[in-house]
Amino acid sequence: MLESAVNALVSAFIGTALAAATLVLAFVRHDFSLSYVANHSSRELPLGYTLAALWSGQEGSLLLWLLVLTGVGAAALLLNRRLVVDVLPWTVPILAGIAAFFALIPNVVASPFGTQPAPLNGVGMNASLQNPYMMIHPPVLYLGYVSLAIPFAFAMAALLSRRVDERWIVASRRWTLFSWTFLGIAILIGAKWAYESIGWGGYYAWDPVENAALMPWLAATAFLHSVMVQEKKNMLRVWNVVLIALTFSLTLFGTFLTRSGAINSIHSFSQSSIGGWFLALIVVVASGSALLILTRLDDLRTPTRFESLASREAAFLYNNLLLVAFALTMLWGVAFPLLSEALRGEAVTVGPPYYNFFLKVFGLPLLLLMGIGPLLAWRRASLRSVARAAAWPFLLAVAVGAMLLVAGAGSSPPGVIAYTFATFVTGAIVLEFWRGTRARRDLDGSSWAGAFSSLVARNRRRYGGYISHAAVVLLAIGVVGSSAYGSTVTKTLAPGDSTSAAGYSATYLGTTFERGANHDELRGQFLLSYGGESVGVVAAGKNHYNVEQFFSTAVGIHTDWLRAADVMLIGDQFNPDGSVVLKLAVNPLIGLIWLAGIVFLVGSVVAMWPDAREQRQLARRSFEAHVVPVRAR
Amino acid sequence: MILPTILVLTFAVAALLYVTRPLLAAPEPRPPIGSDAMSRRLALVEERDRAVAALRELEFDHRTGKLSERDYRELIGPLRHRAVETLRALELGDREG
Repeated sequence: MLESAVNALVSAFIGTALAAATLVLAFVRHDFSLSYVANHSSRELPLGYTLAALWSGQEGSLLLWLLVLTGVGAAALLLNRRLVVDVLPWTVPILAGIAAFFALIPNVVASPFGTQPAPLNGVGMNASLQNPYMMIHPPVLYLGYVSLAIPFAFAMAALLSRRVDERWIVASRRWTLFSWTFLGIAILIGAKWAYESIGWGGYYAWDPVENAALMPWLAATAFLHSVMVQEKKNMLRVWNVVLIALTFSLTLFGTFLTRSGAINSIHSFSQSSIGGWFLALIVVVASGSALLILTRLDDLRTPTRFESLASREAAFLYNNLLLVAFALTMLWGVAFPLLSEALRGEAVTVGPPYYNFFLKVFGLPLLLLMGIGPLLAWRRASLRSVARAAAWPFLLAVAVGAMLLVAGAGSSPPGVIAYTFATFVTGAIVLEFWRGTRARRDLDGSSWAGAFSSLVARNRRRYGGYISHAAVVLLAIGVVGSSAYGSTVTKTLAPGDSTSAAGYSATYLGTTFERGANHDELRGQFLLSYGGESVGVVAAGKNHYNVEQFFSTAVGIHTDWLRAADVMLIGDQFNPDGSVVLKLAVNPLIGLIWLAGIVFLVGSVVAMWPDAREQRQLARRSFEAHVVPVRAR
Repeated sequence: MILPTILVLTFAVAALLYVTRPLLAAPEPRPPIGSDAMSRRLALVEERDRAVAALRELEFDHRTGKLSERDYRELIGPLRHRAVETLRALELGDREG
């Protein structure tokens, strides 16, 4: 029966893949008798965007949701069928139930296969989506977002079957790491897209839909830390299932935000009637999991307690509290305007100052904890041990903080604090690798390289995690640099006029006009110089999409590797008299944000890499538990 | 219109056969689903592994300078005791069958 159910989910994946392939084929053949194809593409649309048009609208996005869900669901069941054999009979129906919901919507409420008399041409794709990032951001985001259903299914199945041993937690941890990696990369790709294309000069606007991706990522981050406490000390078992349920509920809430049209966002492309369906699903998932957790409290509780407030596990707990508090604060910021509109009929906006305030309140202690946590021993650490372990990173951080103050960075106190903490974390990470390698070398008698390799191989999750911490440090440096120490000027320039910011000067040379395949390009040409020396000519302007009758901004970016800064030129407005309203922004250290993405990916791959020792241990445990021992005579 | 209908029907029949095949075939030996006794034993095995891992971790934390000699000496005793207790409990379970 179980195998039949697994096969049913595999069949659902193949069926959904065929449906998606059919829709893609209809796009390629310009079959405008399908309303969805006609509303999201045109004959002039380049092939890459034509293929990506599958997920450019509501109906296709829901089909993609279903495709990813059935795909990763089938993969998870096939890959984990031995590890979680006891909970599989409940995992399959939970995944199938979620898949049934996401199959119902495109079949009944918002079908991508609705037909109409075929027009000669389609209305084209939303011009703001006609960007190379469009081809990669949504699928990567969906892989991260949707696959969070897998740990949720394992967790709920473990509770339903009352098999709350460590096996489900191993399977859930692996899949959460997978989802977390894709979601994190997708958020960064989205940020790069916004930075290079949207034309407002930033990369993250605290838009509700951006927050909708960040909230489950934060909750998943909390889980990936607290799960270590459960695996090492058999603690936080209730907390971990709560985190998994919260994470999945947040993904559903995010889907509701994006797909219902309930909010005004750059990501909300349609108004639709599916909001009620999603709200009902969120209520069922949230209340159902809460009820299940409450009825299984006795199975989950353990007598183990924290031995000290200064220990690795305590640091994980503090980190969890901060991460969840930040996620819930964001949730309140996103939900408040919706509630205000629904209950009081008042339109309220929660803007960046709210989120920036809480980013400092929760983010700075989190950054510091990233440095302190790894230096603490499990169980307990005396003050003297902590002081000794943290001495070098502390001294380094204080020295860097003092140098920054001398260099004039004190204009932003949170900036100096963040950089001081970032230095402390970097020092702690380097020290961890150094001390670990030295200890491994003493134990094995191997070379430094061999000891380092053995150190990482023996605990990929820990050292992969440290690499991810390094990525967060780079991210923090980039975010602080560009937001706290950036410069922006906006000025109307006639040809020959100049404007300057942070030592860079842009001189307006004139405009050019070119016809592209499906759009016209109007560009202002600007001579960029630094300290009187020419850097080059940078173009910035507007694109006009003829079929869609839409203007988009084409941002000009010059990356100055020597000074670690981006110079951004945005032609806000081109006037009939030949003048242009130019926004010139200098964003120091912003390149580190994109570098953080690469380092994050490396850390995640190291942490995710299959661990043969763990596999052997799990197999041995299962064997020992299932084999009836031979009695001694 | 005929070709798509044939393709859809072919897929439906293939899927139906794929889904029902395990129900019609002779059952293959699969890993047994655990009883409560097995769950209790598994919990003890996990506890033993945790205790051994904790001892290794303590040793490593000591070597990397995160634990003072005094803390190490204070912590290693109870951990060893826990590991031995878990092994005894497992052994007792084995004897009782």
